[in-house]
Amino acid sequence: MAAASSTRGASVSTLRSRAALLRAIRAHFDQAGFVEVETPLRLDCPPNEPHIDAEPSGDSFLRTSPELHLKRLLAEGMDRVYELGPCFRRGERGTFHHPEYAMLEWYRAPGGYLDVLADAENLLCAVAARLCGGCAFVRAGVRVDLTPPWPRWTVSETFRRLAGWDPVAAFDPDRFDLDLVGKIEPALPADRPTVLIDYPVEAAAMARCAGGPRPVAERWELYLCGMELANAFSELTDAAEQAARFERWAGERRGRGQAVYPADAAFLDALPRMPRAGGAALGVDRLLMCLADLPDIRSVRAFA
Amino acid sequence: MYTAADLRKGLRVEVDGVPYIITEFNFTKPGKGQSIYNCRLKNMLTGSTFPKSYRSNDTIDKPNLEEKRVRYSYAEGDRFIFLDEGYEQVVVGADVLRNNRFFLDEDMPVDVLFHNGEPVDVSLPNFVEKEVVHTEPGARGNTATNVLKPAQIAGGYEIHVPLFVNQGDIVRIDTRTGDYCERVNKR
Repeated sequence: MAAASSTRGASVSTLRSRAALLRAIRAHFDQAGFVEVETPLRLDCPPNEPHIDAEPSGDSFLRTSPELHLKRLLAEGMDRVYELGPCFRRGERGTFHHPEYAMLEWYRAPGGYLDVLADAENLLCAVAARLCGGCAFVRAGVRVDLTPPWPRWTVSETFRRLAGWDPVAAFDPDRFDLDLVGKIEPALPADRPTVLIDYPVEAAAMARCAGGPRPVAERWELYLCGMELANAFSELTDAAEQAARFERWAGERRGRGQAVYPADAAFLDALPRMPRAGGAALGVDRLLMCLADLPDIRSVRAFA
Repeated sequence: MYTAADLRKGLRVEVDGVPYIITEFNFTKPGKGQSIYNCRLKNMLTGSTFPKSYRSNDTIDKPNLEEKRVRYSYAEGDRFIFLDEGYEQVVVGADVLRNNRFFLDEDMPVDVLFHNGEPVDVSLPNFVEKEVVHTEPGARGNTATNVLKPAQIAGGYEIHVPLFVNQGDIVRIDTRTGDYCERVNKR
């Protein structure tokens, strides 16, 4: 687009597709009985997740996700909520990363990670139908078929097959991240979404852990076109366990010289009132990269 | 010492005592995991490349590199003698110059890159003009422009030129690729 040649970022036609995508997402959730909410962009207490750094904003921080506030709304009695808006992560810049990006996050109660997986399947088919005319799209010359159910690959079996070890049996965080990027992601099919599911308990993040002889975290990650598109949990509602994880993460962050954020007391107070729920967060920029067949996150964001 | 946050395309780093240049770079981050910096490193001595991933807390050695502008003087077998601004001799071997040794002209300005004091690479002017000392005449009537024939330039280097180029012509050569670029004047 000639008019955009002097400006970095999305072309005018991509911005039209972006608007259509946002409309399609809202239409789908509104029809499914979810309530759209707007929670604070500035937080005093961003979660101390080990590898996610918040951008300072005055005496507060720009949110890295709306997770804690959305969970407080569940504790207040809302049962199906979604939020669509900007999130900020300090220092993340690459082909698939931008320090300011659009996140879709939704929760349903009662429910768990498999319920929000069904939500994700329905959502992507619905938006592809609106934008691409069917439950499929073409990216980089490959037809990607979104028809549910999507293939589910357990983390344990996937790592044993492609990386030669089982992180569920014995976890090694460095090796896990390097092999995920170097051995797993490149081997995922290009023509179908893939759901990597049932994570090591050490990589539970804010997911509930299932019991049993070999416990796993009820967490999945959706991969589409080689990109990690969404992350979901059966949400942890055990306040003591959550507080312990926050404390452990704060210690890890301190040890690495990262900023340590204050614990969110209001969230921890609300957690015992939160019903069993499933929640998912999806990168809207990356979804548009897939549907519009664009290679770089800056090509789907205005002025990026 | 560099940290992973310093990594970018074009940065020169050192791994196990060997200088490398980063030719490809991408930041990635598996879900909830640590930042991974995927690089492709090109060995500045051999030109071979390989992929390498760094994590946020990794440190990377900085190579001791120095670049110096010199002028070509003369050759002594496989040793090529250059003079720096103070007329000090700088000796660069044929193994470092590779094909560039055919493109040198007396007094030509050349940038020599030193690693720990040893010359490891040279940059010539992007284009040089050389005489074709031998080539077969082009077949009469064959005017197709994409047909090439071998030609020897002064010094013994062989390039491929279009059929219309004759012995004695001056041609321009791209020193970065070693390929024919255009004919400068006819004999």
